[in-house]
Amino acid sequence: MAIKDEDIIQLATTPMNRLEQSYLPEVFKGFGTTLRHFFTSFGQGRTSQTIQYPEQRREDYHPLEGGMEKSNFRGVHRLNRDEDGRVKCVACMMCPTICPANCIHITAEESPWDDREKYPKKFEIDELRCIFCGMCEEACPVDAIELTTEYDIVGLSRQEMVFDKNKLLNVYDVTIDKKPM
Amino acid sequence: MFYFENILKVLVIIVPLLVSVALFTVAERKILSSIQRRRGPNVIGIFGLLQAFADGLKLLVKETILPSSANKALFILAPLVTFFLSLIGWAVIPVNEASVFSDLNVGILYLFAISSLGVYGIIISGWASNSKYAFLGALRSAAQMVSYEISIGFIIINVILCSGSLNLSAVVLSQKSIWFCIPLLPMFILFFVSCLAETNRHPFDLPEAEAELVSGYNVEYSAIGFALFFLGEYGNIILISSITVLLFIGGWLFPFFSTLSGSLCFSIKTFFFIALFIWVRAAFPRYRYDQLMRLGWKVFLPFSISWVIFTASILSCFNWYILCFWIFLILYLLVLICFLLVSLGFY
Ligand code: SF4
Ligand code: SF4
Repeated sequence: MAIKDEDIIQLATTPMNRLEQSYLPEVFKGFGTTLRHFFTSFGQGRTSQTIQYPEQRREDYHPLEGGMEKSNFRGVHRLNRDEDGRVKCVACMMCPTICPANCIHITAEESPWDDREKYPKKFEIDELRCIFCGMCEEACPVDAIELTTEYDIVGLSRQEMVFDKNKLLNVYDVTIDKKPM
Repeated sequence: MFYFENILKVLVIIVPLLVSVALFTVAERKILSSIQRRRGPNVIGIFGLLQAFADGLKLLVKETILPSSANKALFILAPLVTFFLSLIGWAVIPVNEASVFSDLNVGILYLFAISSLGVYGIIISGWASNSKYAFLGALRSAAQMVSYEISIGFIIINVILCSGSLNLSAVVLSQKSIWFCIPLLPMFILFFVSCLAETNRHPFDLPEAEAELVSGYNVEYSAIGFALFFLGEYGNIILISSITVLLFIGGWLFPFFSTLSGSLCFSIKTFFFIALFIWVRAAFPRYRYDQLMRLGWKVFLPFSISWVIFTASILSCFNWYILCFWIFLILYLLVLICFLLVSLGFY
């Protein structure tokens, strides 16, 4: 998304006058501002901006209120299926090539289906190494790999956080209603 | 019997101190978060009050990592030094009339010596860690503490001149008629700012400068070593707040409310300064290193030395009450002149 001209705000800094250069009035202004914040937001006060995460979630809010912008959020990956429910990936090796974190590991094999030459026998993404840059979904020529809006994934071991093909396909099954292809 | 009694006395000082350090960290997080419009810890205990104990427990059971290239003995020694130095200062702090562990006649000197030693913990840790970040942080910290200690020394001389004693109880009692913060207001402000620098607090937290030095001298420490540094640092802040209270705000004395218990007054005042420490942390950005040094050597030092001469000469000519009057008069003139100089871009 390119930045539109009307979104750019030009800020001109005004030169400081002598009083401001001494910083003394500003020091007390700073004390005042912080004190005001303290009293208006103590506890879950009027101006408190906290979203109480496990109970409230960013998905529930509008982006302008600090909510999540779902259209371009980059969460955990999924491997898309085609109409027949097969894995859509053609093992072209674009994504492991572009991945800056080197966290996609694919073993390609001759495809059992007629419409393509190769398919991934093994497809693993190390979610702990991934930096969620989204390059893989940019690179994919057949839109087989996508980042979803899920961000609270957990695992008890490092091995558990290496998502294999099945798991990635499962993520597709779970998230397809939330984020259609 | 003698030993038993002393050990009891030590415990009576140290246990509340450690508890208040724990609560201080929670208070800091709570106050900071409110100022930044967050909520802060609120899950463990009511209002998150037990957060500090949970953190302590976590640090206790974590693995202690000794860097392979570190000097092991010194590496372990450094947090201990910091921690114990922050505790032994309390030996001479009178929380109430006659309730002090050791009523030293040179109490102020003792405190001064202890706080100067504090820099050793940091230097040792920085050197022993054998890491560039830690070393840079330690060097900065040493330079900073040494420079500000000089002006703190001169500021304290003012107080000693006015009270005529090095005994902290006597210093407090000599403030019966008027707290020293009123006639010595500029020194009081300077003292507070120097204390911020002395305890490596914002806006002078250059040894830690997260953005440049990761976390400074304690970057290689984990688990219990880190916890000891943490306790020592916060213990130092409480210690220095109480020294400020003793020297300038009249310790356990409180006008109009003479029925109030002395130690309660002392705690309230100390708490006020601790809160001020947190408040300052929230309000101000960090100084640059050369600005910090310039402030210490070019502003604080000459100002405090000239104020010593000023106080001494006035005290030798007038008695105490006339002194207050004169000081007020000249003080306002000076403030005016300073303001003029500053606004002319002298600084
Ligand atoms: S999001 Fe970026 S880092 Fe993660 S797998 Fe894709 S390309 Fe690699
Ligand atoms: S870029 Fe797309 S098609 Fe190519 S290997 Fe990656 S997921 Fe499969």
